[in-house]
Amino acid sequence: MDSDLIIQILFAAVKTGTPLLFIALGEVICEKSGVLNLGQEGMMLMGAVVGFLAAYSTGSAGLGVLAAMIMGCVMSLIFAVLVLHIGANQVATGLALTIFGTGLSAFIGSGVVGQTIQGFQPIAIPLLSDIPFLGRILFSHDILVYSSFIMTFALIFIVNKTRIGLTLKAVGENPHAANAIGIKVLRVRYLAVMFGGIMAGISGAYMSLVYTPMWVENMTAGRGWIALALVVFASWRVGRIMLGAYLFGLASIMHLVLQGLGWSISPNLLAMLPYVATVIVMVIISADKFKEKLLAPRSLGKSFDPRQMA
Amino acid sequence: MKLKSLLVGVGLLAGASFVQAEEPLKVGFVYVGPVGDLGWSYEHDMGRKGLEEYFGDKVKTTYVENVPEGADAERVITQLAKAGNDLIFTTSFGFMNPTVKVAKRFPKVKFEHATGYKLSKNLGTYVLRTYEGRYISGVTAGMMTKTNTIGYIGSFPIPEVIRDINAAYMGAKSVNPDVKMKIVWANTWYDPGKETDAANALMDQGVDVMLQHTDSPAPLIAAEKRGLRAIGQASDQSKFAPNAHIFSVRDNWTPYYIKQVQAVMDGTWKPKDFWGGFQDDMLTLASINPNLPKDVRAKIDATLASIKSGEFKPFTGPIKDNKGNIAVPANHSLTDKELAQVNWYVEGITDEIPH
Repeated sequence: MDSDLIIQILFAAVKTGTPLLFIALGEVICEKSGVLNLGQEGMMLMGAVVGFLAAYSTGSAGLGVLAAMIMGCVMSLIFAVLVLHIGANQVATGLALTIFGTGLSAFIGSGVVGQTIQGFQPIAIPLLSDIPFLGRILFSHDILVYSSFIMTFALIFIVNKTRIGLTLKAVGENPHAANAIGIKVLRVRYLAVMFGGIMAGISGAYMSLVYTPMWVENMTAGRGWIALALVVFASWRVGRIMLGAYLFGLASIMHLVLQGLGWSISPNLLAMLPYVATVIVMVIISADKFKEKLLAPRSLGKSFDPRQMA
Repeated sequence: MKLKSLLVGVGLLAGASFVQAEEPLKVGFVYVGPVGDLGWSYEHDMGRKGLEEYFGDKVKTTYVENVPEGADAERVITQLAKAGNDLIFTTSFGFMNPTVKVAKRFPKVKFEHATGYKLSKNLGTYVLRTYEGRYISGVTAGMMTKTNTIGYIGSFPIPEVIRDINAAYMGAKSVNPDVKMKIVWANTWYDPGKETDAANALMDQGVDVMLQHTDSPAPLIAAEKRGLRAIGQASDQSKFAPNAHIFSVRDNWTPYYIKQVQAVMDGTWKPKDFWGGFQDDMLTLASINPNLPKDVRAKIDATLASIKSGEFKPFTGPIKDNKGNIAVPANHSLTDKELAQVNWYVEGITDEIPH
């Protein structure tokens, strides 16, 4: 394998990992606040279709992303009202949101099936893209990929080094204690859920504007579900989400590239690797003595009513 | 005289419409994907619409889309049978066993399963000769390639897909002895993202004309972006890639659906294993790009004509498999039964079939 091919593979891995990175970053923040949102796939599809519609009708990919963010936010608000206000079951509501989003996106997108748009073009960053090897892998992408870099590092900083991060973790670990010291638990959770929705919207827009610039029904093909696995794989650490997303991306690219090269090892095995890793992490998590280290938010999936005491 | 025939005509019309209004034939469809996939399920739904257009009030159709293969399929098919459908089409390979089971429980209902091989008293099967389209695709790709490397995105290594890979390669080889074919398995029928990745992986490795057996138009868009060429699958995908698109091998189910519904109405329906191709208009070459070189276009037309007339059958011996054994003896054309069991690559394909 020559270095050119390796560069192409790693470049593609970053690109393939980017939609997963966006949506998993949103979900990890949501889960850190103690809310499990299984509606990722539905929000992502809505982001994809609305982003495409907006970009198609205005001719501006930027407006497409903006519309997708708003749509993701609206979808997550529906979810937030149901689970945070009315106290509906998070798992059931999330699944319903996915089914709703899948159907609705197919319905509103039916008019633009078969249309194509320009989408975002790659921009090589001056100087940085001249770095040998790394420059071509990391710095010759489109603007959304660069935004995902910035977003990841900003979130690592916010979650680990700021008061906002502490508040978020406090709410996810023990909402009653957080409430007792005066944190508005529901408000924090609302914001976290909305952030998750916005990121899912961007992730969907990335699919329909950059990755495969078109709209066809169900085009995210389960990436929302992979993102949920990715959060567990990363054991709720933001930095590891990035690593995991690129690893998932790399595995799925390698699987295709190696076949083209005629390698004899089973490509199915490679395609399986990220999932095997996820299962292993899940098994470890379910063993109690590791739980502390793995940072699974303790109140994840449980509803909280400020009027009740623990 | 005139008045009389007019009266008779009106009488007949009234009589006919009375019969129609009384009892439309109820026809159910089960799809594996969304009707908006612009590929497999979309074309089946076009067939259903063609049926309604042709028979008008005489038929009443229903469909269920996005049905997972397995236990869910059995539930959906049972529901359609219980709802009084006279004829039910189940349109994916994975619906085979559920259809067989439900057919046993509802002996009065007639069933038709696409791409399967199990028949019973009230269950027939139907398949497209997609390999005919692949052969022409191969001929075209073999003439168009400048790198002598064509690419093929496979879905799953089942006989239908393997058969089509062979047909494409034989087609390419017949016009270009130096041609190589790179095959990548995507392990999905439908995932635009993954299909894009597969297309890019192939193009990174020197492929300049691409064929696919997955259902989304994503590979065509990827080829368009890089100024290379590709052939559409299942439905007319030209609008996604106006320059890259060579033609699409389009599935056309309408003639078959009309024929079978008519047979049920006439009481002549019998379970059969039906294979339809260009000859039956169940395959067509859609939107052949006018930007092709003249000799390529002529070769496409000639190959199509010889397949359509029945004069040429792609799987006619002598054909060797890629281990050097005789797979098809001289002067023999594979029968449909033999075609259904192709699990070998033809000579010249260096890959191995994944297990």
